[in-house]
Amino acid sequence: MAAKPKELAFDPLFDNNPIGLQVLGICSALAVTTAMDTAFVMSLAVIGVLVGSNVAISLIREHIPSSIRIITQLVIISSLVIIADQILKAFVYSISLQLSVFVGLIITNCIIMGRAEAFAMQNGPKESFFDGIGNGLGYSVVLLSVAFFRELFGTGRVAGFTILQPVSEGGWYVPNGLMVLAPAAFLLIGCFIWAVRSWKPEQVEEEFHIGALPEPGFEGDLR
Amino acid sequence: MRHDVRYTVLFAAGVCLVCSLVVASTAVLLRDRIAENVLLDRQQKVLSVAGLVASGEELSKEEIKSRFEKNLVAKLVDMQSGVMLDEPAPAAYNARKLALDPATGFAPPPNAAKVRRMPKQGLVYLIKPNDHVEGIILPVEGLGLWGTLYGYVALAPDARTIRGLTFYQHKETPGLGGEIDNPRWRALWPGRLATDEAGQPMIRVIKGRAGPPDEDPYEVDGLSGATITSNGVTNLMHFWLGDEAFGPYLATLRDGRSN
Repeated sequence: MAAKPKELAFDPLFDNNPIGLQVLGICSALAVTTAMDTAFVMSLAVIGVLVGSNVAISLIREHIPSSIRIITQLVIISSLVIIADQILKAFVYSISLQLSVFVGLIITNCIIMGRAEAFAMQNGPKESFFDGIGNGLGYSVVLLSVAFFRELFGTGRVAGFTILQPVSEGGWYVPNGLMVLAPAAFLLIGCFIWAVRSWKPEQVEEEFHIGALPEPGFEGDLR
Repeated sequence: MRHDVRYTVLFAAGVCLVCSLVVASTAVLLRDRIAENVLLDRQQKVLSVAGLVASGEELSKEEIKSRFEKNLVAKLVDMQSGVMLDEPAPAAYNARKLALDPATGFAPPPNAAKVRRMPKQGLVYLIKPNDHVEGIILPVEGLGLWGTLYGYVALAPDARTIRGLTFYQHKETPGLGGEIDNPRWRALWPGRLATDEAGQPMIRVIKGRAGPPDEDPYEVDGLSGATITSNGVTNLMHFWLGDEAFGPYLATLRDGRSN
């Protein structure tokens, strides 16, 4: 494939965002975006696992028997996730407490299996490396922007620093409780997709009609 | 690619072997570091509930360790009789392990805190920076909304006045039940009374706001949007300060039989 590293690494930010366009991996995007610091560490963990799994799978792609390729990918991904989890516990313990189960759930993050199956199985390790970086960054952009708004409106803070002084701490801002609940992430991701697609209209899918009837006078083959 | 069964099986075994080696070696390499982090986090929580850490104060590993050793003495208490053992508690004391072992743990009667197993000998910390005890710290646990809340409550030597409450492990929703970690909410606890004069647990997390400790000694502000977590805190306080758990020990403190 002739794609350049730069395109591989930056296309997924907005042009081919894994959450925005491919709508993959939104499960964890709901869970870890109540604060910027957890979203940031989660992003790093996902980038690390994604790059590692893409490169590892790409290296052995010619040797993986097709009958067990998915489970092989899963074994590699889950090993990397366990390692990521251990590293977080060893070096940023307090944040790993907040991320709790969601680091483990990177295993089921559709982005990682999606990229392994769709990209790393067909491309060399170098391209897969940049594809991993790109899709990881694309995930991070969404995670961090959702976390920014959820933390700001949900608690009045950004990355732990108070911006809007909440009433409970003697200020004027009444925190929006909805923002800290999972549905708020849905709303914000919806807004993100809307914004990106207004900016880049070519991402809008064709409208889908269920059971649309052919025009009167249609004489072709209906099948 | 088509491969025969033999190749497929060997390939699968090979991948598994490599992956397990990598995972195992990471786990072994980082094990001590992780165990130390867990211990330090726990010790910092104990220090903070004892009021030995100012809010917002960052402590280094060494400071946590030295402050812990200087100010706190770990002791074992027999839950049923309330008698405190003389010798210091063993460093390897693990409440959860002891609770599950039929020889060292038992099942308390059904309770609102949903505590199913507890150790026969509970661990308490005495706040003892010099010769006399300035307070005691009891471990508490009980069901919140998503899981068990694990924490510590610190009491003054009268065994009634609360000095602090902290949780070191819970799964509550950040921003709602997770506000049990909020220093401002935790600051509402010191000075309130955990039990009445007879030792009956009275402290409650109420809906809405409670007055200052002099007016509402037995009530603490509820966490809005987190009724179940708030009730969980009430339940666990009642259980661990009550007759099934540390009640008998607290009674000995009130009678002044123990130093």
